[in-house]
Amino acid sequence: MNLLKKAKGFWGTIVLVVIFSVVTQLLINGGTLNSFYVNTLFSIGINIILAASLHLIIGVTGQFSIGHAGFLAVGAYASAIITMKLGLPFPVAIIAGGAAAAIAGLIIGIPTLRLRGDYLAIATLGFGEIVKIVFLNIDYIGGASGMTVTHLTTWPWLIACVVITIVVIVNFTNSTHGRACISIRENEIAADAMGINTTFYKVMAFIIGAFFAGVAGALHAHNFYIIQPPNFGFLKSFDILILVVIGGLGSMSGAVIAAIALTIISTFLSSYPEVRMVIYSLVLIVMMLFRPQGLMGSKEITSFLKLGKAAKGGVHHDGKNTVA
Amino acid sequence: MTAKTPLLKVENVGIRFGGLKAVSDVNLELNQGELVGLIGPNGAGKTTFFNLLTGVYVPTEGMISLGSEKLNGLAPYKINQKGISRTFQNIRLFSDLSVLDNVKVAYHSLAKHSIVSSLLRLPSHFSGEKEMEEKAIEFLKIFKLESVMHEQAKNLPYGQQRRLEIARALAANPKLLLLDEPAAGMNPQETEELMNLIALIRERFSLTILLIEHDMLLVMGVCERIYVLDHGQLIAQGNPEQIRNNPKVIEAYLGEEVS
Ligand SMILES: Nc1ncnc2c1ncn2[C@@H]1O[C@H](COP(=O)(O)OP(=O)(O)OP(=O)(O)O)[C@@H](O)[C@H]1O
Ligand SMILES: [Mg+2]
Repeated sequence: MNLLKKAKGFWGTIVLVVIFSVVTQLLINGGTLNSFYVNTLFSIGINIILAASLHLIIGVTGQFSIGHAGFLAVGAYASAIITMKLGLPFPVAIIAGGAAAAIAGLIIGIPTLRLRGDYLAIATLGFGEIVKIVFLNIDYIGGASGMTVTHLTTWPWLIACVVITIVVIVNFTNSTHGRACISIRENEIAADAMGINTTFYKVMAFIIGAFFAGVAGALHAHNFYIIQPPNFGFLKSFDILILVVIGGLGSMSGAVIAAIALTIISTFLSSYPEVRMVIYSLVLIVMMLFRPQGLMGSKEITSFLKLGKAAKGGVHHDGKNTVA
Repeated sequence: MTAKTPLLKVENVGIRFGGLKAVSDVNLELNQGELVGLIGPNGAGKTTFFNLLTGVYVPTEGMISLGSEKLNGLAPYKINQKGISRTFQNIRLFSDLSVLDNVKVAYHSLAKHSIVSSLLRLPSHFSGEKEMEEKAIEFLKIFKLESVMHEQAKNLPYGQQRRLEIARALAANPKLLLLDEPAAGMNPQETEELMNLIALIRERFSLTILLIEHDMLLVMGVCERIYVLDHGQLIAQGNPEQIRNNPKVIEAYLGEEVS
């Protein structure tokens, strides 16, 4: 039966992930992987979570939100407060980071998701900057000098969070609830006319996306020893956005592949930050010229492996204001 | 038996956009099971009237009720859930979704499985999705679209896209179906097939249908009653014979040909 096959595919993947994680952990313990590789691996994991969470908002639901670093910041600081100020354990910090970002998503989402297209982009961009400036001015969390955070992000925690993020977002997308979100992306007026509560689903996508960005924030904060507001500015939001755009709007696997590839590229270029921006820009230009639909277009990797059916298209802009 | 209450009752409804009264003072009643036409020249306000009925616009005056429920001010999705479903003059499909998924979206509000059950892949998720899929396939069979159910909607030929839009509207299980120029852009044969289809679904789902059509002759052929809009106002109503001989209607349509 089809269901059984799918379940097998799912558990098969989980088993592979567990084997991969254990082997990697052994390599880390044995010192085969030096700290450069380990850092890269951790960055990849965090970026996958960020890309997947923004993919749900932009790629699936079609809401062009470009202040994702704001949610990352909220998660990072909330989790740091939990461990550093309140002395609670790391798992609590991860959940609190996600929850704080989700609440921020709810508060920001309700007013801004009434806006469309460019206006939503500007509003979310503004949100990201406001978060940064607010954090800069709160002494309790260190203001401009930031917070020092103990290194608590370990490989098992990271892998667990990556897997949970992907499973939750894929499960959401491949259900009637995900289809409701996709229908909003495809044609919001028609979705509304067909009984979809568009506001509810836009806010829901925003909350889930923000939650996982907050989780990424917790992992990030406890991986880099120090967090400072300037790290969460527009450039960080742009770094996340580019993963989704290059991966192909609407493709989860594209976003994940882009997260892996661009993290590796930028790690090797970390001593030349200007070169990195130039390369990113070049990649974008080349992409626009030769593959405007992004790396994967609307396809998922499963459709190449013939495991699933063709997936779900890109973002559309409907220039019409009147409803005819 | 008590006196029959109309399914849809529209009283003195109107809307203005700035200075323009796109629809004003419209009164209209639809009884259960009727197929009624709404005609009028270009820009008469027909589509705007549909937008008022479906909550896209909130009327600036008047009352709309379905059965005993007042619809004014409800969001479009709520009105759809209460039993009014529509198609659009300019087709609005979910282009990148498959034909099957287009229909499934319309089932969404009838779905029984929650977000949590889908996230955790609980049994209710699988049974809910399976039920939706089976119902959607049944539907596509009625519309002879089951052979293309895995195609993306945007890849269908025009006539099939129109049919899919009607199928999608019906899947939401409406009491009242609003069709906005469903035959626009079709050749005579496609138009005839479409009219047969409309007759069939009306029978099968005991539907009430309000049909906008530009082509008078076509409407005269299928509708029992017809309303005529011109410049946002109802200028006539009656059976096809009465409409055909109504001087105001003739004038409105002649006026269009001249301008
Ligand atoms: N959102 C809007 N803002 C301003 N004016 C509008 C709006 N929607 C419709 N109108 C105007 O209302 C009038 C009626 O338009 P409507 O689309 O309802 O006509 P119609 O009868 O459907 O015509 P057609 O046969 O061409 O489809 C037109 O003058 C139109 O420009
Ligand atoms: Mg119209």
